[in-house]
Amino acid sequence: MHYILRNGRVVDPAHGRDGQFDVEVRDGVIVRVGTTLAAADGVTVLHVPPGCVVTPGLIDMHVHLREPGQEHKETVASGAAAAVAGGFTAVACMPNTAPVNDSAAVTRYILDQAAAANLARVYPIGAASVGSKGEQLAEIGELKAAGCVAVSDDGHPIRTALLMRRVLEYAGMLDVLVIDHCEDPTLKGDGVVHEGAVASELGLRGIPGEAEELWVERDITLAGLTRSPVHIAHLSTAGSLRAVRAGKARGIAVTCEVMPHHFVLTDEALRGYDTNTKMNPPLRGSADLEEMLRGLADGSIDVIATDHAPHHADEKALSYDQAPFGITGLETAVSLTLDRLVHAGVIGLSRMVELLSANPARILKVPGGALAEGAPADITVLAPDLPVTVRAAAMRSLSRNMPFEGWQLRGGVAATIVGGRLVYRNTAVEALAGWLA
Amino acid sequence: MTAVAPVTALRGRHLLSIADLSPAEITLILDTADAMKEVGERTIKKVPALRGRTIVNLFFEPSTRTRTSFEIAEKRLSADTLSLAVSTSSVVKGETLLDTVDNIEAMSPDMLVVRHASSGACQQLARRCRSRIVNAGDGMHEHPTQALLDAYTMRQRKGRIDGLQVAIVGDLAHSRVLRSNLLLLRKMGASIRVTAPRPLIPAGIEALGATPCRTIEEAVDGADVVMMLRIQLERMQTLFLPSLREYFALFGLTADRMALARPDAIVMHPGPMNRGVEIASEVADGPQAVILEQVANGVAVRMAVLYLLAGGSED
Repeated sequence: MHYILRNGRVVDPAHGRDGQFDVEVRDGVIVRVGTTLAAADGVTVLHVPPGCVVTPGLIDMHVHLREPGQEHKETVASGAAAAVAGGFTAVACMPNTAPVNDSAAVTRYILDQAAAANLARVYPIGAASVGSKGEQLAEIGELKAAGCVAVSDDGHPIRTALLMRRVLEYAGMLDVLVIDHCEDPTLKGDGVVHEGAVASELGLRGIPGEAEELWVERDITLAGLTRSPVHIAHLSTAGSLRAVRAGKARGIAVTCEVMPHHFVLTDEALRGYDTNTKMNPPLRGSADLEEMLRGLADGSIDVIATDHAPHHADEKALSYDQAPFGITGLETAVSLTLDRLVHAGVIGLSRMVELLSANPARILKVPGGALAEGAPADITVLAPDLPVTVRAAAMRSLSRNMPFEGWQLRGGVAATIVGGRLVYRNTAVEALAGWLA
Repeated sequence: MTAVAPVTALRGRHLLSIADLSPAEITLILDTADAMKEVGERTIKKVPALRGRTIVNLFFEPSTRTRTSFEIAEKRLSADTLSLAVSTSSVVKGETLLDTVDNIEAMSPDMLVVRHASSGACQQLARRCRSRIVNAGDGMHEHPTQALLDAYTMRQRKGRIDGLQVAIVGDLAHSRVLRSNLLLLRKMGASIRVTAPRPLIPAGIEALGATPCRTIEEAVDGADVVMMLRIQLERMQTLFLPSLREYFALFGLTADRMALARPDAIVMHPGPMNRGVEIASEVADGPQAVILEQVANGVAVRMAVLYLLAGGSED
């Protein structure tokens, strides 16, 4: 297959590009990016609809695909379908499956399922400790050899500073990134929502932001001690971001990600007790949200990731304190980012592509993040002005747990290309009707 | 004097939270309770107001006095009633809250009186149910009929609620009685001081309309009403309080402390009391205590609520 994406607005911050360009793809690889590329015989010309934006494939470095073990919530195949429908050409999946991905066997199983689905690229993240129990180092060398791109005990914070130190040292030796879920479980207690006036009014047990901040500080301190990089998962408070900024200023290799729900919603959304507003870290206060917006704009936040956490409707039908933490995110992230950040004037498209593509690729050391000649053709086409009404029933994910039902947003995904293959085309963008699926 | 809402103002509604009631509607409930109280003083304590209506009391959490109070109120209104202690039946078999209620609803009750250990459970049910729901206590969130009976008792004893100085002392963090009372007392114009050991003061208490005090003396000083909240022994573990003995020494309502309140102040407690923990027996049994009046008024107030929500002819 040999084609040219003709005259789209190409936003590729890694190459400093933001303008009208053609992108030529042959046999799954980007061969040229330029202006008015000549189309030789046999080369298909795909006209990029006016207003659409061609970007390097988006990469979600924090998802839960639930397979093996919880296939009633999601499978690698359904998660990969949700990913491409959400504009993501690649996802990195957390190891809290059943069994935990702490062995090459589980890693290979996930990769086999991803290969069979043949949609988004799937990068497994291995467990940092055996069973994510926080007791014994996992075989990180074997995990890396099997295909893991990072290690984390996400969902289970690495409990002791000593083990965290050893994980950083050992993974650092192998050039494997450590991603930590920062939360002091001894301070969290049995909290379920952000501690504050809303939690007090609703009679829900609070988790103070400081439970996160204590461990962000701890991990940054240990990254300094070990001179190994650390990536802070789902950062959610102003205090955590202050700590990250201070760590970066000291030259420590710390990076961080935020979730769309933390720059879109606050704990005010808890009123009404919709269990789809329950996630961990919880929806925070408005001062925290404002700080997330500042960090996204000023560069101190490196990545937008979704923490896509599918749960079956039956599980979310429990009372608020009993329902599981987590919401889906793969199919809403782009629209929320375009509507609430780009159109709201918080960031530009180029910064959006850094947050959703260039930076996750650089931090995970995976291919992509740029439209580079000779690189696999992982490309996302955005429709920044497309009116989108969020409908759980229309989603590809097996689960429907998200608090944005019925939201009207400006901006969505037009098409997703993985390895040169069109794996998703949005039927709402009529000008794409001629593109081959 | 607050305006009174028309008698049909609450018909067909749920009672989930005091937040949903206007001052006029609260006054309507309290005025209606006056009439209901008179029914309870007759030889034949029964009126046909809810004849033919079915009310199911669904208690997902053990309760003696609230459930008894609702049952008596329902019987005095001639409703057909059934009480289920669900914690001992199907829920332990893994049925979800919503499934349990769907099953009850399939039998077409008119009203469900629901107590549940989880905050928000009644609101979640109300989104699903056809029946009217009366919140009989949801987790740490609200206990609206308790706040209404407390208001009724204050109005009966003090002639008003507007302008009263109310001190609330005890386990603020876990108390649904506190949350409903804060909402109601603010709406009706009372001012509220609260006090408790720091670990039992919820975050942002000022935003809920209460002024926190460091000592019980400061809170009680000049109060018209002193409301004690139960210390839930099973919840205290070792993290909230070092000991009940120390709690009583620092926050227990003794006669000496009560002497700081106005001479005509009343002492309230939602029950059940822990004597010698939150309140000294000499105060609990003393002339200022209205604790048993609260229990008596509870029946009249619940009759008023049930009548106003479910009464009248179907249109």
